[in-house]
Amino acid sequence: MSVLVYTESDNGKFKKNAFEVASYASEVAKQLGSSVTAISFNSTENESLGKYGVSKVLNVSNEQLNTFNAKAFANAITEAASKESASVIVVSSSSDTKYLAPIIAAKLSAGYVSNVVAAPESTSPFTVKRSAFSNKGFAHTQINTDTKVIGVSNNSFGAVENNTTASVEDFNPSLNDADFSTKSIEIDKVVGQATIADADIVVSGGRGLKGPENWGMIEELADVLGAATACSKPVSDMGWRPHSEHVGQTGKPVASNLYIAIGISGAIQHLAGVSASKTKVVINTDAEAPFFKAADYGIVGDAFEVVPKLIEKLKEFKAQNT
Amino acid sequence: MKILVCISNVPDTTSKINFTDGDTKFDTNGVQFVINPNDEFGLTRAMWFKEKQGAAVHVATVGGPSSESTIRKALAIGADEAIRVNAEPTDGYFVAQQLAEVVKNGGYDLVIAGRESIDYNGGMVPGILATLLGMNFVNTCIELEVEGNNATATREIDGGKEKLSTTLPLVIGGQKGLVDESDLRIPNMRGIMMARKKVLNVVEPVDAIKATSDVKFDKPAPKGAVKLVDASNVEELINLLHNEAKVI
Ligand SMILES: Cc1cc2nc3c(=O)[nH]c(=O)nc-3n(C[C@H](O)[C@H](O)[C@H](O)COP(=O)(O)OP(=O)(O)OC[C@H]3O[C@@H](n4cnc5c(N)ncnc54)[C@H](O)[C@@H]3O)c2cc1C
Repeated sequence: MSVLVYTESDNGKFKKNAFEVASYASEVAKQLGSSVTAISFNSTENESLGKYGVSKVLNVSNEQLNTFNAKAFANAITEAASKESASVIVVSSSSDTKYLAPIIAAKLSAGYVSNVVAAPESTSPFTVKRSAFSNKGFAHTQINTDTKVIGVSNNSFGAVENNTTASVEDFNPSLNDADFSTKSIEIDKVVGQATIADADIVVSGGRGLKGPENWGMIEELADVLGAATACSKPVSDMGWRPHSEHVGQTGKPVASNLYIAIGISGAIQHLAGVSASKTKVVINTDAEAPFFKAADYGIVGDAFEVVPKLIEKLKEFKAQNT
Repeated sequence: MKILVCISNVPDTTSKINFTDGDTKFDTNGVQFVINPNDEFGLTRAMWFKEKQGAAVHVATVGGPSSESTIRKALAIGADEAIRVNAEPTDGYFVAQQLAEVVKNGGYDLVIAGRESIDYNGGMVPGILATLLGMNFVNTCIELEVEGNNATATREIDGGKEKLSTTLPLVIGGQKGLVDESDLRIPNMRGIMMARKKVLNVVEPVDAIKATSDVKFDKPAPKGAVKLVDASNVEELINLLHNEAKVI
């Protein structure tokens, strides 16, 4: 019986969340008195997982899997789970894993709990805490099936060092044409820039910015901070920014260390998506904007004056601190 | 084409969340229930298929009698028939198993569900449903075209989008983007009157595994007051973020 973790990579390199889910799996293994096996696809840095408690890596080298494919990946992961007699499978909360985790769950008749925010509270019965009601509440959920699938919420557990030596084994899952019945034909993605899902810092703009032509300063601020850019729903509805930047209850969840909301009122549906962020900063002309009640730090002021000043001072700060 | 839209009956997005019975149950007191927003986008896209390409659109929900007003609303928006599986939707796996039975019995080509319900946020019903049925599946779907047996779907990915080609029968987990916000429909009087005459089948649940159970709920700890910084003193904000919050 082992704990299997799916460690995501991009162009051979592990994503930040790979180390977080490996750390989480290592904590589960500790509680169960078992060990962690990771499954990775076309990764060039498998040994690095040892640092986070992984003792064995099943490495799949297969060009067909260079592009993510939910069904094929899910099949490979379930095959690995059977091979390792895994009782728990740990995955992240990225778009890709939220796509494949339910497929894994159904194939293994396993209970799946997503948005898990802490290590298991108990392993018998197996109980985890997860966020629910769009971050307005938490549920303590018991998994009743023999095999369990856990989706760890981004940035909720962190990467925890747990020195182990990872052995790497080649793994060739049996895949067939039916696994590729859904084919990727085009990917349109920002490259070289942090995404909302991975970023430690997110800079977000709302309708208060008046128009897409004013996003230069949001991008510049994000650039100085190494942050991802985001927006409120009306901003993406009006086409000022792409859908993938829309955060909130009907958009993306944000669980960054720092969330800077500029010209965003803080409607309940917006707050629902960002409340898992650790530190929230608000810049808004309206001192009564509801966001001030949810924020840690705030400036009552005009974004068009405050943001350029902030960029300038942050550049000075960065120059002194790096 | 025969389309099934899965409708989750959820608290309105502005609802305050409370728990009762020693924090073991969601408190529905004073809460208004609506069609899950992710499902509403899917329902509207289904109406588009019906009107532009010709399709029969059914809606299904797993829920007690109180969920009927929500599926009546879907009928008022234009769905042709509704099915209610008479069971409390206790867990996503359970719901998917019930819906799988509905799909098998109804012979649907396309099943549109929402990528997640905004109450329990499980995000598993469409994927489990597709897998139980052996149907193709696209999650976080923001565009969908169907021509004959072929479908082109675009899904949202972290940092962008991906276009996929696949075939029917197909299940999608849909969300905002499937239709323009401005195309969402509010039921009018005629729709509401017509909905009263439409078929609403109530079926009993099939045996299913209860994979998970929520044993207790709680709420986030209350937040301290915001620290305000003067607009003329952004250095102070930088100082606080660096030294106090330690995030930059
Ligand atoms: C079913 C449903 C789901 C929804 N889901 C989401 C969701 O997921 N995400 C989401 O964001 N919203 C969502 N909404 C919409 C939400 O209710 C709000 O309408 C939206 O969040 C408001 O966006 P905003 O704050 O950018 O715009 P506004 O409400 O227009 O606020 C703009 C803010 O900018 C400030 N401002 C104006 N000028 C300046 C300036 N020069 N400098 C600084 N500040 C300025 C104003 O004081 C105001 O507070 C949803 C709504 C519904 C009904």
